[in-house]
Amino acid sequence: MNISRRHLLILLPAAAVAWKFVEAGTPEASPNYQMSDHWWGMLINIPKCIGCGNCVRACQTENDVPDGNFRTWVERYHVTDTEMTNPEVISPDGGKEGFPVAQEDAGKYFFVPKMCNHCADSPCTQVCPVGATFISPDGVVLVDQTYCLGCGYCVQACPYGCRYLHPTKHVADKCTLCYHRITKGLTTACCEACPTGARQLADLKNPNDPIHEFLKTHPVEVLKPQMATGAKAYYFGLDGSVR
Amino acid sequence: MAVRRQRLMSGLKDAGHLFRFAGLFVVAFLVFLVVRAYVVPKTFGQYGHYRGAAMGEIAQHPVKFAGHQTCETCHSDIADTKTKGAHAHVNCEACHGALFQRMPAPPQPKGNLYQRFVALIVPPLPPDTPILLHADDPATVVPEKPDTLVLCVRCHTASAAKPKGFPQVDPTVHMGGVPCETCHNPHSPTMGSDAGASPAPGGAK
Repeated sequence: MNISRRHLLILLPAAAVAWKFVEAGTPEASPNYQMSDHWWGMLINIPKCIGCGNCVRACQTENDVPDGNFRTWVERYHVTDTEMTNPEVISPDGGKEGFPVAQEDAGKYFFVPKMCNHCADSPCTQVCPVGATFISPDGVVLVDQTYCLGCGYCVQACPYGCRYLHPTKHVADKCTLCYHRITKGLTTACCEACPTGARQLADLKNPNDPIHEFLKTHPVEVLKPQMATGAKAYYFGLDGSVR
Repeated sequence: MAVRRQRLMSGLKDAGHLFRFAGLFVVAFLVFLVVRAYVVPKTFGQYGHYRGAAMGEIAQHPVKFAGHQTCETCHSDIADTKTKGAHAHVNCEACHGALFQRMPAPPQPKGNLYQRFVALIVPPLPPDTPILLHADDPATVVPEKPDTLVLCVRCHTASAAKPKGFPQVDPTVHMGGVPCETCHNPHSPTMGSDAGASPAPGGAK
């Protein structure tokens, strides 16, 4: 066969491309855990929350969350009878070490644990320019930190303020719903550490999950429903003053 | 007909520079394909517009809270005490915390030439620190006993913000610096008094 230098120049890259696709083969098979069998969410029972901060500390331990950043945090609301739309909200250090004692006062107090809502139509994944953040097939919003540029678009896009830029890794970081735990049959660290059961991991595709009975028999709400984010953090006993 | 063909052939004779130009485009496209095959991760697009392998990597993070089921396999006596008391639904690690210690990180493989080249441009993220759980090696990872004066108070200090039904005490009046476990068994606390002792002032209502 007579191949000129020109032909060789064209053929070599073509062969390299072909070899790359042969090498790639079939996509890696998913692990033992069947993603298609799950659709994860969270149930947060506000009347049960005592504001101890166990969930915040547990999350920081489990996920090495840097100080000053939070994947979950607890807010304390103080709503007086005439200031329904202007509540006083505090969250000292994310509520990690609890809250100052509230004296008997006018109005009502309650705690609101906050975390990523793992939205089914999440605004944060829509704005990622590189495909570093995504909704997994089992309904968890995750960040591929090896792929993230750290541009911070998603941090701005999240209407719930649940994302931050990691101060040393310089990439977006957020609640993974303890993906490394739930895929092994464990509950999340915050649920494990909650002393009152105010947080419950929910698998909406599991017909035996008590979440279904709860949702059927209790009034629940999601945060900012008007934004149509498909939030899956269901709040029971949520006050209208919560933003 | 023949005239038309002749005209076409003479036209093509003058179009050599166009073919060279088109050839350049073809070469550039092939180069693009090769570069793309290298820089786009293999599992990108497996499930959507992201790297499918990322989920497996995230799932590899070490578990630090072993879960109460793990604790109960050895400490069944405590589990039995707990089931009868007010703390039946408080998981072990809610008070004891995650019992683990960090281990020295193993040396990282350097990777192939391409990976090392990429690492020069984008420094790789630090790997997770390996950990050893108390459940895996109870003799090496020995937990500290929690300080009840910090731990119990965190949940049970009286505050108007807490749910009304939750047992709350005023720590300054109720115990005066005496550790909670002097009177209460943390694994199965009773409200008011234990073993016939008179209730301390400022106790739970």
